[in-house]
Amino acid sequence: MSFVEYGDTIKDGDTAIVFLGHESMFPVKVQQGGVTQTKYGVIRHSTDLIGKKYGSKVTCSKGGWVFILHPTPELWTVNLPHRTQILYSTDISVITMMLELKPGSIVCESGTGSGSLSHALIRTVAPTGHLYTVEFHQQRAEKAKEEFREHGVEHLVTVTNQDVCKNGFGVSDIADAVFLDIPSPWEAIGHAKSALKAEGGRICSFSPCIEQVQRTCLAMEEYGFTEINTLEILLRVYNVRTISLQIPDLGKAAEDNSSTGFDSSNPSNQGSPGTNLQQGTVQFKSGVPLKEMVGHTGYLTFATKSLF
Amino acid sequence: MEAERRLSLRIREGDCAVLKRGDVFKAVPVLRQRKIIFEKQGFYLDNAIGHVYGTTFEVTSDGNLQPKRQVEETTTETKEAGTDNRNIVDDGKSQKLTHDDIKALKDKGIKGQEIVQQLIENSTTFRDKTEFAQDKYIKKKKKKYEAVITIVKPSTRILSTMYYAREPGKIIHLRYDTLAQMLTLGNVRAGNKMVVMETCAGLVLGAVMERMGGYGSIIQMYPGGGPVRAATSCFGFPKPFFNNLHEFPLSKVNSLLCGTLSVETLPSESEDTALTEEEMNGLVDEKQSSVQGTEEESSAETAMEINQTEEQETIDINAEDAEFKENKEKENKENVREKQRKQWERRKKLTETAALLREKNADGLLVASKFHPTPLLLSLLEFVAPSRPFVVYCQYKEPLLECYTKLRERGGVVNLKLSETWLRSYQVLPDRSHPKLTMSGGGGYLLSGITVVLDKGKSDSSNLEALKMEEPSSKRCKVQDLCC
Repeated sequence: MSFVEYGDTIKDGDTAIVFLGHESMFPVKVQQGGVTQTKYGVIRHSTDLIGKKYGSKVTCSKGGWVFILHPTPELWTVNLPHRTQILYSTDISVITMMLELKPGSIVCESGTGSGSLSHALIRTVAPTGHLYTVEFHQQRAEKAKEEFREHGVEHLVTVTNQDVCKNGFGVSDIADAVFLDIPSPWEAIGHAKSALKAEGGRICSFSPCIEQVQRTCLAMEEYGFTEINTLEILLRVYNVRTISLQIPDLGKAAEDNSSTGFDSSNPSNQGSPGTNLQQGTVQFKSGVPLKEMVGHTGYLTFATKSLF
Repeated sequence: MEAERRLSLRIREGDCAVLKRGDVFKAVPVLRQRKIIFEKQGFYLDNAIGHVYGTTFEVTSDGNLQPKRQVEETTTETKEAGTDNRNIVDDGKSQKLTHDDIKALKDKGIKGQEIVQQLIENSTTFRDKTEFAQDKYIKKKKKKYEAVITIVKPSTRILSTMYYAREPGKIIHLRYDTLAQMLTLGNVRAGNKMVVMETCAGLVLGAVMERMGGYGSIIQMYPGGGPVRAATSCFGFPKPFFNNLHEFPLSKVNSLLCGTLSVETLPSESEDTALTEEEMNGLVDEKQSSVQGTEEESSAETAMEINQTEEQETIDINAEDAEFKENKEKENKENVREKQRKQWERRKKLTETAALLREKNADGLLVASKFHPTPLLLSLLEFVAPSRPFVVYCQYKEPLLECYTKLRERGGVVNLKLSETWLRSYQVLPDRSHPKLTMSGGGGYLLSGITVVLDKGKSDSSNLEALKMEEPSSKRCKVQDLCC
């Protein structure tokens, strides 16, 4: 396994995702002789995991079962140990496309944070691209390095421990794209510009507050970036439910077929022929929005470094 | 490699480029002496050849392009502006220039910039407008009279934005942020073996190809007579990208799955060229059944039609190839041989693709089509290895609700998620930041999930999970207890 290549079977040293049920999962480092506790009982790595196919159902000691999934940046994002606030896949998707990333792209990122976006960027630019990521917090920088090594992607990423606003990305005239997720991105726009290739490139800044966006846009304009565009993306998830609605009893009409008329004419009323006159119900499938959803993550400001 | 990259930065004859004016895009082939109409303006691209992508051009009065350097901001001399609009009356007479005056200016070939300046000078209310209103006025006029066009290199970002704005119907209203989600949820990357089924003019295919960078393989499943790749060709991918691009007719999927696919039936690869046109017009309802059904009607008439079109193709190609070959008879013989060769090649390619699919180890499945997603998913998922992502796009939510239910019944999938994204753009200007007035009403829905090993004959467990999903949370605990 690696985060940039699929493998068929689980091997010693892999990071695998234990999938317990709806939305419930956690990562596990597979080790010869290792054990993992789940609510369905123990998983013994040597016998239950190593050599098994990814996607297999593994029966735990109490008889319950889980699925073992191959890691992907998206699964990692929802399972990684948080050291900071992280970016989620919805924003990451738009960032990746709008920065025009693809295999071979050279990307600069700051800060590294918990490495949620980093993994996705590395996935996209592999096998010939590279990620230069800058994190001013020493412990976080080291932790990220360690994770990249464990995930078999260290050759695709360089982690630098410095302040991007003061010292920049440590590279110049090399990047196709720059991504900023720092409190004062406007202070790093100049560095971003010099990190980008002379022939141009794309930039994105992520900020939760509109005041930050305001200052960033001004800085971008000042440094000659064009196509400055701010957007926001919201994910709406739906639960699929079968809903039954009761038909109100309006009393017996003079012609008694008037109330049945509705029932029988409703095409979505399959599977419930037992709708009786007194207590009729209509069943249908619906996508019900979650009770609560993420209303705001951050504004994404994109721009192009143009030729002149 | 580096030299090649540098070279590809320049606009070359025969390239597919994208014209950009403001937020409007148009993809065009770069050809000499070919008039292009873009945003009500006609011009030739000849002068653009050799310039670097990203260059901004001005359209001269004779329809040529002239590269334009950084826009020297005409910083208006010590601005004079009002504070509010209490005294501004709309009498329709604030502009002293008449339509005819403006037309005369244009006909004289005066630069757009100067026309805008004249309009400002001849507006009696301009000085009374607030600073913001003045800005807005200038912007509006500039947009109308200053014809600057930027030529950019195509990318998924640009092409998907362009298609969504210009021809949303052709890509079944797949908004660009939704496409972005598909690529991420599908973990599309170099080295994958992807199965793609799309009726988005080849836009989704192109996006996948861009993300795979020529590494790995793609099998495109196509309905009708052949895959549509109009949008794919706009990307201008290098030739090697097509080496591992395969295609397989949707109508052979069932026979492939049943193991009854035989090479003999293959030559008539496209059983219904006639149908494709109908499909283009959206008459697809009956086609859905044929996806599920097992009918193998490679009728003789349609085969005839294909042969005809094939002949057409070969003639075209030969005409280019061998213009000097005067001997007609020889050419005819060549045609027959060419046709046979082509048929043989097609057969060979199909056999190869079928073999690739039969391995049932694809690394992902992306579906974005006008067909009902359920039958597509139930069949095409067979080709995907366990622990791999799949994503289905549908313009409407309801078919995905059904698809969700059917996948639960089938089992072999986890982490099913039905979602939609909302996209909101902002105007960010000092003291005037706010969400843009209009936003897109809908960009379609996605159903995504991950495959797992399907244990046959024990579907009750997957039903259990389905139950879990539908029960309110209070009941969910009980169900979970059961499965321990």
